[in-house]
Amino acid sequence: MTPDLMDAGARALAAHHARSQPFAAAEPYFAQGVALYVDGISVSFDGFKALNDLSLTINVGELRCIIGPNGAGKTTMMDCITGKTRPDAGKVFFGSNIDLLRLSEPQIAQVGVGRKFQKPTVYEQLTVFDNLELALKADRRVRASLFFRLSGAQLDRIGEILQLIHLKDEAQRVAGLLSHGQKQWLEIGMLLMQDPKLLLLDEPVAGMTDEETERTAELFLSLEGQHSLVVVEHDMKFVEQLTEGLKTVTVLHEGSVLAEGLLKDVQANEKVVEVYLGR
Amino acid sequence: MTPPRSAFGIPPQPGAAGGPAEPPPRRLLAGRGWTGVLVAVLFLSVVVPVLNLFVPEGSALHLSGFYVSLLGKILCYAICALAIGLIWGYTGILSLGHGLFFALGGYGMGMYLMRQIGSDGQYKSNLPDFMVFLNWKEFPWHWAWSDSFIGQMLLVILVPGLLAFVFGYFAFRSRIKGVYFSIITQALTFAAMLLFFRNETGFGGNNGFTDFKRILDIPIATPGMRVVLCVITGLVLVGFYLMSRAIVQSKYGRVLQAIRDAETRVMFTGYNPVAYKLSIWTLSAVMCAVAGALYVPQVGIINPGEMSPAAGIEMAIWAAVGGRATLIGPIVGAFFVNGAKSWFTVAFPEYWLFFLGALFIAVTLFLPRGIIGLLKRKGDSE
Repeated sequence: MTPDLMDAGARALAAHHARSQPFAAAEPYFAQGVALYVDGISVSFDGFKALNDLSLTINVGELRCIIGPNGAGKTTMMDCITGKTRPDAGKVFFGSNIDLLRLSEPQIAQVGVGRKFQKPTVYEQLTVFDNLELALKADRRVRASLFFRLSGAQLDRIGEILQLIHLKDEAQRVAGLLSHGQKQWLEIGMLLMQDPKLLLLDEPVAGMTDEETERTAELFLSLEGQHSLVVVEHDMKFVEQLTEGLKTVTVLHEGSVLAEGLLKDVQANEKVVEVYLGR
Repeated sequence: MTPPRSAFGIPPQPGAAGGPAEPPPRRLLAGRGWTGVLVAVLFLSVVVPVLNLFVPEGSALHLSGFYVSLLGKILCYAICALAIGLIWGYTGILSLGHGLFFALGGYGMGMYLMRQIGSDGQYKSNLPDFMVFLNWKEFPWHWAWSDSFIGQMLLVILVPGLLAFVFGYFAFRSRIKGVYFSIITQALTFAAMLLFFRNETGFGGNNGFTDFKRILDIPIATPGMRVVLCVITGLVLVGFYLMSRAIVQSKYGRVLQAIRDAETRVMFTGYNPVAYKLSIWTLSAVMCAVAGALYVPQVGIINPGEMSPAAGIEMAIWAAVGGRATLIGPIVGAFFVNGAKSWFTVAFPEYWLFFLGALFIAVTLFLPRGIIGLLKRKGDSE
């Protein structure tokens, strides 16, 4: 047995013990102004380094766009933050107190991290209303769900979100019958129902019409300040709309940060141009 | 005056229709559903006993004992199909091992019925005949409660429930899904069958239990008892149906359907799917066990054949044929397939399995939503 392997085993065991501790949904502590702190995470799949010593800090209320060519590790990074993939090394903290690597996927969602997938993922055979109702912030345990009754305030909230995502008239339709763009909106609506403090959005406007894209940008801009947002996107026009020329953009390449700065500076960066256009 | 609540600081657009969303109606059953339940209860508890016991045998309206037994048997199967509907149709977990839970419930009841024989067996011993045959002098430890009806009925629920819970816990925690899960359930029931075939296990080996004489000290092989057992089974089925309705109408039931449609989304919404899957899985196993316990006194025998992998597959076929995305569908499927079986095995005994296979293929290809889906489509187009 190699020392490396023993080390890895010890780490896995420690992580397992930490995870099996009883969980009380903790409140993230944001006083230091940092919402998400990713420090030196690395992930490799069968020798392929998907993430290589990636570090990133998202401030409270910040809207951060992350761009990068295919295979840069954008989705893997989100997997690490939301608990789907365990990094081989590094730290991920939510606020200054919650170690996300010690929590399971549902627990991470419960402390206030919401995630939108690249491919819209909604409950196809349930109605739009039911989709939102399930996402509504409430006790997630079995018994609570068995005896759950919607309160008036919760109905109001669902009404508000239906309005916001322009699906009010489709509320009783089965979600599988919605158009691609509408499904994207429904998924965003489901995220908002959870009332998360940090939203991770993986290509949220893929498959949307120009008008829908514009409305999505408006929606995200309105969320900025009260929520922290991380948007992974290929659509440069959309990124331009979101950053409004004054927000930081992060460029990922081969699993680590290649450049960070204003969109126009980043676009002028030689390394970035090289990566995007090929050498 | 408080300012209007607005979502994330976006002021409500003037002129836009705001306000709360309309909640969809969530009733246990619609008016027609209650009528159906009432008719079923009346038919089972009044019509069947009267036609069987009080209408004279020569009359055209007489319901023979054979049909009462057949009805009782199919009602047990319908409970199993309903259990499969909950776990497969609503949660998306295909179990091919429910035959095991059915048989365990049956064995639990069988142990009690064996004790009720007392010393009226072939060897006039206090021990069941197969134990005498094996030269055993006393009851093995797991027969400790078999003397008490209540104790043994508790075991009927607890043993399959516990087995399902432990098995499900490890399987769901390890995120075993889809066809892998189905194969493991098959392996589990096959392993149990081999175990129960052994004489040393203490369950009568390949002969199982039979020759029952009494239940609760009342003779078991009488027309009256036959009707009573059939009626009880029917009422249990109706009770389970209403319970399942309440479950699928609750938010819990919608989480189950959400797990079926997009389990990762459920996880990233903060639900722990393991708890949900484990609870419905265990409940479904217990329902099957109760069906098994009701089945054994009616057919008079239980042996390891009930655990054969084919038995579990057949249950899944009942649910698929009837329409698994509803609760009534599996019940209809159990009646349809088993009704067809009892006719076919008399008329063309060699061809039954071919017919069953063809039926399954036809339903999969042409009626993905089963018989109920077909009826609903008819109803919609009219």
